[in-house]
Amino acid sequence: MANPIVASYVVPVHPHPLLVPEKNEGWQRLRNAFDEAREHIAQGDADLMIIYSTTWPSIIGHQIQADPNPTWTLVDQDFHDLGSMDYSFRIDTDFAEAWNSANHARGLQSRTVAYNGFPIDVGSVVALKLLNPDNAIPAVIVSSNVYANRSETTILAKSCLDVLKSTGKKAVAVTAMSMSNRMFTEFIDAADDKIHSLKDDEWNRKVLQFLEEGRLEDVAQLSRTIHQQIRVQKVVTFKPMWWLSAMNDNRNDLTGKVLAYEALHGAGGAVVHLDPTSNGMGDKEYDEDDVEVYRGDRNVLDAEDSTVPHPVDSTNEGPDLWDPAEGEGAVNTDSAPKPVGLYPHARRVGDLLYLSGVGPRQPGTNAIPGGPIRDADGQPLEYDIKAQTRAVVENIARILEEAGSSMEKVVDVTSFLVDMDRDFTGYNEVWAETLGHYGPTRTTLAIRALPTPIAVEMKVIAKI
Amino acid sequence: MAKGSIVAGCLAPHPPHLVYAENPPQNEPTSEGGWEQLRWGYERLRESLSNIDHDVLVILSPHWQTYVGTHFLGLSHFEGLSVDPIFPNLFRYSYDLNIDVELSKAIHDKAANAGLAVKMMENPDFRVDYGTITTGHMVNPAFDKPMVVISSNRSRHYYSVEVMQEMMMELGRATRDAILESGKKAVVLASNSLSHRHFTTESDVPEDMSKEHIASHAMHLWDMRIIDYMRTGQAQRIIDEMPEFTEQAIAESDGGGLTWLLSTLTVPSYPAILHGYGTIIGTGNAIVEWPCYLHQEV
Ligand SMILES: [Fe+2]
Repeated sequence: MANPIVASYVVPVHPHPLLVPEKNEGWQRLRNAFDEAREHIAQGDADLMIIYSTTWPSIIGHQIQADPNPTWTLVDQDFHDLGSMDYSFRIDTDFAEAWNSANHARGLQSRTVAYNGFPIDVGSVVALKLLNPDNAIPAVIVSSNVYANRSETTILAKSCLDVLKSTGKKAVAVTAMSMSNRMFTEFIDAADDKIHSLKDDEWNRKVLQFLEEGRLEDVAQLSRTIHQQIRVQKVVTFKPMWWLSAMNDNRNDLTGKVLAYEALHGAGGAVVHLDPTSNGMGDKEYDEDDVEVYRGDRNVLDAEDSTVPHPVDSTNEGPDLWDPAEGEGAVNTDSAPKPVGLYPHARRVGDLLYLSGVGPRQPGTNAIPGGPIRDADGQPLEYDIKAQTRAVVENIARILEEAGSSMEKVVDVTSFLVDMDRDFTGYNEVWAETLGHYGPTRTTLAIRALPTPIAVEMKVIAKI
Repeated sequence: MAKGSIVAGCLAPHPPHLVYAENPPQNEPTSEGGWEQLRWGYERLRESLSNIDHDVLVILSPHWQTYVGTHFLGLSHFEGLSVDPIFPNLFRYSYDLNIDVELSKAIHDKAANAGLAVKMMENPDFRVDYGTITTGHMVNPAFDKPMVVISSNRSRHYYSVEVMQEMMMELGRATRDAILESGKKAVVLASNSLSHRHFTTESDVPEDMSKEHIASHAMHLWDMRIIDYMRTGQAQRIIDEMPEFTEQAIAESDGGGLTWLLSTLTVPSYPAILHGYGTIIGTGNAIVEWPCYLHQEV
C-alpha cells in the first residue's frame, strides 16, 4: 500500500513569525514560508495534520494529545514580551486513541492526554496556528520522549503509519524543531538577529542542502552527529528526523524545497517542504537496523542487552558453544554437538534438508573421538582420522533422524579435510563403509583450519 | 529601615506527586496517598518555618526554563490552572498567589548591575510554572505570603556547570544583597531534586509504593554524599563537586537552584537539617533546611 504521507514539513518552534514578523525581515520571510506551506496544504487532500514537537518533552513514554478541543492562552517562557497566543484546536481524538493502541501493539510505552488546560507547547501552537489557522483539517500532536532513542522514535512513526493505513487517511507530517538551537543568551534588538555562530550556520546549510535534495534518511542517520555539532546538549536531541524519515519509509529520494532559513534569536529556523514524489535520484542504501517492534526499556544502566543472543557455554577451550538457532524450518537436536555460532543443526526447505557443517565432537561432553589435532597451546597431537570420520557420520545420522530423514536419503556431501595428504585414505575408507554405501554425490576439499581442533567436517544435503 | 535578613534557606523539591498524594482541594486528581516519607518531611519543614518570622518566600524553580537570561515574575498577582505537561494525570492545580514585585525588581536590578542578563515578566496571561506551584504548595499551602519567583537560566546547557555556577553565585549575591537592603525577612527556596534519573514507566496506580525506589545504586551514593555535605556544614564541597554530581547523577541542580541557594546563604559552614529524603519515580529528593536565624552574622 502506498505511503499515506502526502507532504512533510519542518518548521521552527519560536513564536516570532507568529507574533511579530514585522519586526525583522528574516522573521517575515519565515512567516511568508509558513503561509506558502499553509496554502499548499490547503490545496492538497490531507485528512489529518500530525505534529511531532520537540518543545513537548515527555518522560513516561510518548504522550498524544486527545482533547477534542484544547483551548487556552499560551505565553512563551522566554519571549513573553512578544505577546500571548490564544489557541483553540481541533484534535482527531479517535486517531489519537488508535495511535496510542498501535504503539502498545508494537511494544512502545505511550498514553493519550485529554485535560482541560493542558499546556500545549509553543512549537505545536505556532505550527498549528500558522499551518492550519481555521482548523480546516483535524490535528494530532505527539510529544518527544526525553529518553527515546532511534528505535523508539522509529516505532512511534511506524505505529502511526499502521493507523493511517488501516483508516485509509492521508496526512501531512510536521516536525516542530530548530535546526541549530543555540540562542543568544543576551537580549538583542530584533534588527540584530543572526545565526549564533558561523559554524552553526554552515551546519544548518549542509543539513538543509540534504533536505533540498530530498535526502531525508541521510539526515536522519546523521542525527546524532548533527546533535553534537549544533545543538545545545539538552536531553531532547535531534530526533525528529528519525520520526519524519520513518514516516516517509526511510526514503532518500524525496522532492525537497527549503522555503526559508533564518535566525530566531540566534537559533536556526527553517521551513522545509518534503514532497513524496521521487526526485529520480535513486534511493540510497539503508545502513541502520530497521526496527519493527520495540523490545522494552533499554536498561541504560545495565551493560547486557537480553534481547541479543549469547553463547551458552564459554568454559571449554576453543570457540564458545551456542544453543542452536531457532527459525523457520529449523531442525535441532540435543543428540548432536552444540553449534559454535548462532545457527541451527539443519534447516528444512520444501522436501529438502540442509545440514550445517557437522564435525566429530560428541554431544554433551564435547570430546573428540580419535583425539584433537592440537593441544591448547596449538602444538600438534597424534589423532585417528578414521575415528573422527566415523563420529562425523554418527552425528549426521542423529540430525537426519531428528528431521525425519535418514542416511539413504542423503543427496550430496561436501567434505573438508585439514590435512589431505595425511588423512584422505583413512577418511575415504570410512566413507565407503558408511555414507558411500548409499551413493550420494561427494566433493572433498583441503582447507587450512576448522573452528575446533578437528580434522574433518561434512556439509550434507538430504531429502526428507 | 531595619536591615533585612534571610531567616532560612531550603532545598524544597517540586515533584507534583507530593501534591497529588495529599489530595488538597486545589488539585483535581485524587489519590490514595503515597510518598509519605517526603510528605512528612515537608510537614516538619512547615512546622519549623512556622516558628520563624518571615515576610516573603523567594524561589528559584527549574521548570520556568529561560535560555535568554534570568527572568522574574513582575506582576503582583497570578492565578490560574497549572497542569503538569509530563504528569497531567497527577497535577491539575488551581493556583492563586501574590508576588512581592518590589523585592523582585530589587533583585533584578542588583543582578543587572552585576552584569547578568535579566528581565521582568509582565505578561498577565503568563502561566506560573508547576515547579513553583508545587514547592509553593508544599511549603505554604495557603499561599498567604508573597513570593519572588525567579526563572532557571539554562546556562549549563549552553556552556558548562562551571559557567552556570559562576552566574548562579552572582545571582545569589544579588538576591542576598537585595533582601538585606529591603528590610524584609525572607525564606529562600531552591526547588530541585537531587539525582534525576526517572523510570520511564508508571504503574497503573501511580502511588503504588511497592514500585518506588531509587533508579540505581550510583544515584543513591551520589544523593547520600551530597546530603552528608549538607548535614555536616560542608556546602563548599557541594559547590566544588557540582560538575561531577550534575553530570553523573543527571541532577536537577543543573538548573542552578542549589548553587544559587548556597550563594544566598554565603555557602554555609553550619549544618543543615534534613527533614526528609525519598524517591519519586526513581529520582532522589531531599527536604533540607539551613536554619540561618541561628547563625546570623549581623
Ligand atoms: Fe523537576
